[in-house]
Amino acid sequence: MATETHGATEAVAMPQLDFATFPNQIFWLLVTLVVIYFVLSKIALPRISSVLAERSGTIMNDISAAEELKLKAQDAENAYNKALAEAKAEAQRISGEASAAIQADLDVALAKADAEIAAKAAESEAMIAEIRDNAADSVKVVAKDTAKELVAAFGGKADAKTLTAAINARLKG
Amino acid sequence: MATEAHGTESSLAFHPMDQFRITPLFGDGAVHWYTVTNATLWMGLAVLGVVLLLVVGSRGRSIVPSKGQSLAELTYGFVYKMLEDVGGKDSVRYFPYVMTLFCFIAFSNILGLLPLSFTPTTHIAVTGVLALLVFVFVTVLGFVKNGAKFLELFWVKSAPLALRPVLAVIELISYFVRPVSHSIRLAGNMMAGHAVIKVFATFAAIKLIAPVSIAAITAMYGLELLVAFIQAYVFTILTCVYLKDALHPSH
Repeated sequence: MATETHGATEAVAMPQLDFATFPNQIFWLLVTLVVIYFVLSKIALPRISSVLAERSGTIMNDISAAEELKLKAQDAENAYNKALAEAKAEAQRISGEASAAIQADLDVALAKADAEIAAKAAESEAMIAEIRDNAADSVKVVAKDTAKELVAAFGGKADAKTLTAAINARLKG
Repeated sequence: MATEAHGTESSLAFHPMDQFRITPLFGDGAVHWYTVTNATLWMGLAVLGVVLLLVVGSRGRSIVPSKGQSLAELTYGFVYKMLEDVGGKDSVRYFPYVMTLFCFIAFSNILGLLPLSFTPTTHIAVTGVLALLVFVFVTVLGFVKNGAKFLELFWVKSAPLALRPVLAVIELISYFVRPVSHSIRLAGNMMAGHAVIKVFATFAAIKLIAPVSIAAITAMYGLELLVAFIQAYVFTILTCVYLKDALHPSH
């Protein structure tokens, strides 16, 4: 430590222990502290704390807004899915109705066709029966004619009445 | 610096303490209590620094902060969190006071590292007043908030009954030593670093040693930057601890 004195105003080895300067330092220190205290408590600290509060508020708002939007997106997705399911059900219903209607039409048409077919078949049967009857009659006539011709050819004279009875008996047999 | 008054070229003139002298800024008279001195100037510059950092820095008030505003918010958050963590929730009422101490000490310390500057916090008069302010404030607050229960601070309930009076004496002494250690720690740290740098600087006058000396000054300067901040931090955190003791005196 340089303890020797030199040609300045003060002659103290440690200026820290020069008590003559204490009032001066203490006075200016108090002035400084008061100024800093007022600058901080009146201007700087409220401003910074409000900025910090505002920022955290903004961040919270943004986060809640994002959550809200997420919920909305989920709602939209749910609504879409619901609409899709409804549309599918509707489509199924419509196709079911259409096929039922077609089936009904088909049934009606089939029934009609069946009835027509049955009518035609009955008609045809009647016609066939008639034709058969006619054919039986024709056979009788042909047989009678043929028998008369045969009798005539054998030299006999056929009685029409006897011939017819014989033929009828033969045909029945 | 008054080095010219001294010796010849061959002898080194060590005046590491000259940098701490208080001199009037204008004229060359005596230092009265109202005289504007170099201490006044550097305290004023500390105020200017505080205003620049915390008022000018935060003037944007933007949600997304600028660089200056980030720095101001960082300082704010640093001291606020320290006070909240150490002193508890109810101590944040005294935040402006703690912030004032921190800002003044930090700016004095750091501005004091500029070449040719003066560091108010190297003076025991300054740190002593700072420590005494804390001591008186904390003591008064302790009695106002807790009444006679504040004395429980000295009555260690967790110790055996026989030991308590002894501990009470020790606690009482340590309580009254607080402002002394609080102030001398700060002034001593700041003064020592500055004086050591000055001694190294004097050695730089010798050609042979100059490179070593300059390297040492550089290293010390780095260390002193750290010390400047750490001492401001230590002073502030001790203030927070004392505040906590005043608000919650029971052990």
